[in-house]
Amino acid sequence: MATSSLANAQIESARIVAVNRRADLLMASIGILVLAIATLLLASVFVGLLASGWDRLINPDFYTHFPSRHPQQAGIISAIVGSSLVMLVTAVIAIPLGVAAGLYLEEYAPKNWLTDLIEINVSNLAGVPSIIYGLLALGLFVYAFSLGETILTAGLTLALLILPVIIVATREAVRSIPLELREAAYGLGADKWQVVRMYVLPAARPGIFTGVIVGLARAIGEAAPLITIGALTFIAFLPSPPVQATPPFVNFDWLTSPFTAMPIQLFNWVSRPQAEFHVNAAATGVVLMVMTLAMNALAIYVRLRLRRLHR
Amino acid sequence: MQNPTKTRVKLLMNEMTSSQHTSGAMRQQQDVQPEPTSAPVLRAEARNLDFWYGATHILKSVSMAVVDCKVTAIIGPSGCGKSTLLRCFNRMHDLYPGNRYSGEIQLYPEDRNLIEMDPGMVRLRIGMVFQKPNPFSKSIFENVAAGLRVRGVADKRILYERVEQALSGAALWDEVKDRLHDSAYGLSGGQQQRLCIARALAPQPDILLLDEPTSALDPIATAKIEDLLTVLRNTVTVIIVTHNMQQAARISDFTAYMHLGKLVEYGVTEKVFTTPQSPMTNDYITGRFG
Repeated sequence: MATSSLANAQIESARIVAVNRRADLLMASIGILVLAIATLLLASVFVGLLASGWDRLINPDFYTHFPSRHPQQAGIISAIVGSSLVMLVTAVIAIPLGVAAGLYLEEYAPKNWLTDLIEINVSNLAGVPSIIYGLLALGLFVYAFSLGETILTAGLTLALLILPVIIVATREAVRSIPLELREAAYGLGADKWQVVRMYVLPAARPGIFTGVIVGLARAIGEAAPLITIGALTFIAFLPSPPVQATPPFVNFDWLTSPFTAMPIQLFNWVSRPQAEFHVNAAATGVVLMVMTLAMNALAIYVRLRLRRLHR
Repeated sequence: MQNPTKTRVKLLMNEMTSSQHTSGAMRQQQDVQPEPTSAPVLRAEARNLDFWYGATHILKSVSMAVVDCKVTAIIGPSGCGKSTLLRCFNRMHDLYPGNRYSGEIQLYPEDRNLIEMDPGMVRLRIGMVFQKPNPFSKSIFENVAAGLRVRGVADKRILYERVEQALSGAALWDEVKDRLHDSAYGLSGGQQQRLCIARALAPQPDILLLDEPTSALDPIATAKIEDLLTVLRNTVTVIIVTHNMQQAARISDFTAYMHLGKLVEYGVTEKVFTTPQSPMTNDYITGRFG
């Protein structure tokens, strides 16, 4: 009797192990399948663009020429410069504002209904369609502040757009810092600002950085808000350079310069009837994707590096 | 040397627990005759301390004196409020909403109620070591220097001197002196906890609070920490919370037994463990309860 119950128990546990193993296998297969579909889709888009735009991509003129009526001579230099300068403005405005706002909400704000309301709104703002930001910027920056259709306006608009992303990322990063670390710092007699500056911010850096890059990568691909504020599609000159040889060595005239950007150039070319321009559009798409992927790669690299420093 | 002092401490303890009035009188007496040998010097004293978290009444009229340069252990079953009491001494509760104190914890020699002081000020004077070793993700040197940096010490020479002093005080210097600038996470759990003790010692606190400092450590690491506390005894005022009665018996001069938020018994460790006054203490230390 005893031996048979022991045998039953063995059979039963073998059955449970087999069932669990089958469930593991099923779950892993579904995961791999989903991952493969997503990766293949992305790869096919990339390869498709690469194939259609190849002729232009391998031509160095494409990167050094201004847009032109002749598709063979048209290039993306003004779009690359425009996108880079707009991103610079966006980053300079959105990063300090977003990080400061996130820190305030998480560390300093009193826990009351007003803070809750602000938090809910910030999270919702992250989901607002980008064209709405464009409309806001048109009314506020272009008309009310008379900033015109400039790099500054575009930078401010995209900064608004990614501010919620940075705020939410900062809050998550700060919140994920273990209680023990805070208690250790406070236990030494540190005041709040010392705790934030010496311990919370350094430990939250990888998470904040990831949020910043995700935000910037989103901003660089945005066309709708820039079209709304009146970005030009045909720019045959470059803004004055931000640095110069004569004192004071920096120059902010570029802020008020009209501009075009990569997604706008792409949108413009793809809406032309001539097929040759579509080649240009495909090539621009590849460059834009490479830029975005490069930013994400940088984010991953920096995150890993910071994490290693912190372990 | 040991016996006369202990008798006086016993007398003191009897006086202390009888009523607040007499303890006040005792203090006055101390002021009149400031001879250090006449009675043990107090570092702090909780008087009728009550503490609430939200609506939960956790500490109930706790009165307890902390003697200078002695180890005071707080023991009791889980949930008795021993950690809560410890964390009142450096106002750790103030980091979280919903805390409420009543009563007082007097700090000596200036005789100020730390419940009414700024929490940051209190923590600058009273160091703490936590249950789980919690070094910062910085180098060993910077971990120990952290408390000094918070106090604005920037002189490299002074920092180095105090870091060496603190690491030696925590019996860690010989193990880490060749890798002061390596990450603190490279140390073992026991070493990390001794690092945390060094970090708390570096600013030379008036009182060192230890919240179950060995509960996350293996027996060998625990023994090292206990040795260290035995060495610190007589130079630093220590309050230690422990769930380990043998540990309290081994390393402390005074023992407080808490139950359901009340201080049931407080006295010289030897006496609490050999001839406890309360049957509850007796049940706990003999293992019949808790």
